[in-house]
Amino acid sequence: MASAFQAACRIVVKVPENGWANIARHFSASTTLSQLAASEPISKSASNRKVTMIPGDGVGPELMSCVREVFKHSGVPVEFEQVFVSEVHSHSAPISEIFDSFKRNNVGLKGHIESPFHDKGELQTLNMKIRKGLDLFANVVKCRSIPGLNTKHNNLDFVVIREQTEGEYSSLEHESVTGVVECLKIITRTKSRRIAKFAFDYATKHGRSKVTAVHKANIMKLSDGLFLRSCQEISELYPKIQFESMIIDNCCMQLVSNPHQFDVMVMPNLYGSIVDNVAGGLVGGAGVVPGESYSSQFAIFEPGARHTFSQAVGRNVANPTAMLLCASNMLRHINLEFYANVIQTAVERVIKTGKVRTRDMGGYATASEFTRAIINNIRL
Amino acid sequence: MACAVQDAQLMYSAIMATRALRKMMTGFGQVLAGRKSYSSEARVITLIPGDGIGPEISAAVQQIFKAAEVPIEWESVDVTPVKGPDGKFGIPSKAVESMNKNCVGLKGPLATPIGKGHMSLNLALRKEFDLYANVRPCKSIEGYKTPYEDVDIVTIRENTEGEYSGIEHTIVEGVVQSIKLITEPASRRVAEFAFEYARLNNRNTVTAVHKANIMRMSDGLFLRCCREVAEKYRGIKFNEMYLDTVCLQMVQDPTEYDVLVMPNLYGDILSDLCAGLVGGLGVTPSGNIGAGGVAIFESVHGTAPDIAGQDKANPTALLLSAVMMLRHMQFNDYADRIEKAAMDVVKDPDYRTADLGGKCTCTQFTNEICRRVQLND
Repeated sequence: MASAFQAACRIVVKVPENGWANIARHFSASTTLSQLAASEPISKSASNRKVTMIPGDGVGPELMSCVREVFKHSGVPVEFEQVFVSEVHSHSAPISEIFDSFKRNNVGLKGHIESPFHDKGELQTLNMKIRKGLDLFANVVKCRSIPGLNTKHNNLDFVVIREQTEGEYSSLEHESVTGVVECLKIITRTKSRRIAKFAFDYATKHGRSKVTAVHKANIMKLSDGLFLRSCQEISELYPKIQFESMIIDNCCMQLVSNPHQFDVMVMPNLYGSIVDNVAGGLVGGAGVVPGESYSSQFAIFEPGARHTFSQAVGRNVANPTAMLLCASNMLRHINLEFYANVIQTAVERVIKTGKVRTRDMGGYATASEFTRAIINNIRL
Repeated sequence: MACAVQDAQLMYSAIMATRALRKMMTGFGQVLAGRKSYSSEARVITLIPGDGIGPEISAAVQQIFKAAEVPIEWESVDVTPVKGPDGKFGIPSKAVESMNKNCVGLKGPLATPIGKGHMSLNLALRKEFDLYANVRPCKSIEGYKTPYEDVDIVTIRENTEGEYSGIEHTIVEGVVQSIKLITEPASRRVAEFAFEYARLNNRNTVTAVHKANIMRMSDGLFLRCCREVAEKYRGIKFNEMYLDTVCLQMVQDPTEYDVLVMPNLYGDILSDLCAGLVGGLGVTPSGNIGAGGVAIFESVHGTAPDIAGQDKANPTALLLSAVMMLRHMQFNDYADRIEKAAMDVVKDPDYRTADLGGKCTCTQFTNEICRRVQLND
């Protein structure tokens, strides 16, 4: 390890005349460095990195304790700052605590917060408030078949990108006269262009070749029309990435009959919720798909299909895979690549071996047995 | 000998007639009320053959109905838009009269010319006859393999309002507002239809699909209407589920769903998703139920202009829609007989049309169904 680092240093020393900017570019391009990042850090920082944790409702807290356990056994230098908020529990922290915590930490891990149905009082749910408060405009769900886990369609690998600050989830509703309710869907050019650009940037960064915009512009000619046009305009700036569009109902039909055609998909809020869940179901269900939400400053890592799974609370059956993969992606985001890989490999190994699996994956193990199996597979 | 055959035929038609009559007396629910009663002569059905492959597959259905001796007569109408007295293009009055007189119609695929200055014909028909509910039974077809087996779902979609209300405007440049409209009468009407459908078709469960946790007032109203109607149908189980949960579970195990009722957009998406589970729009029938007992049954696939007139089309979707129509008219015996023959032929690898990877022509396919219909007599 030390010798590898020395080698990297030597390369740098050889080219001092190029100036610091060039050195930095050279440094980041050198394979030695990326290898370094993926291996165990040589020196550990004195204090742990702080990360916000929002356990959420339902099985959220159980999944978080799995993550804590796995982190503890892997020696991950991360410390969680837990904020418990809920709409169904009385002892909920005020939402401002979440914002304060994110201002300090920038990064967080989140379980889903239950949004109960009531038609009195506030229209906006807590999840929506967090997304709007932190301006988490882009939600990314990576739908990748997990090796060894057999589903109806295998070898899937596509990404669903969803705008999540406007659209149908604008919580602008009113009853014009008794028995007649209007619900507004808001689509703006600024936000449509922003999410489109995010999708194309994501595709570029991750070496993807196609972006599909999902819409219903044949019926909602103005609103979805604006979204589609924004995507088309942005696509012209990325000539290397293929762009196509698809109507949402056809898209769902294609997802269940021929899902391999998709690469990166981008869409407004509600369609995103639908496609996230259909896609999540295709690769193994809510328990295995990780997701993440971004603003220009913050990142929240949360399961891709957002369900609280309240009926499973205390039964020790909830599958921690999705949350562990979220945690692993989070570690990658804060440059703890080594630990990210350790955890991801352990999870994948346990699923592939197939001896210990939770119910939803066709096994008989409890959640804690599954977590223990993962801990046993951690190779530092 | 000839006399005996004639006698037997007479007997048969007499039995069928009494059967139909009996069903009519007992089976008519509120939804079907308002329809004209049967007379001794054949019922007349309005037929809209449609564009592209429409005429071919309509002819195939007519041929099969003839072979099965279904006591109905077809009245073919053209729905090519004409300029009305108000200067707007619309459905010709002859077609409207025919539908109003007959109440039941069968429709092939219609092409919507883009930018020709009139609204889509499907939309025009929906408006004209107030077709408020769209019904799509999605059933796995034996012999047509998809990753999903034993699917048997009926999606019922509110068809007149919701997200597709068509009320949109640009507030300022770059900011568009689109209104989803949910009203109590429309929600109640579709909920009542769903439960009545479940009752008439011996279905156990009706699930309302909604997103009332996010759209608390609009979907909340829809859900409340479903709950209220459910109170009246104690024999049928009522479920409520979030749209995202249904999507998630549908693609993993669709067998746990029965009848689904939902607002416009969710219905549009889920009905196509369910069609995808069983093999696509080429094999899924569809029915539109309107106010005052009007019902139009249709195939929802495209007009396939590339193969029109080449005898390559697959008439399955339109035929299954026609079977649905027979059930709606309480001709269940004919419906069962035709459906069985059709399913037997679809199962037979020798009779696959081009879209299912075979070489069979539409004529061969149709003739084989006719032959089996008569065999099963």
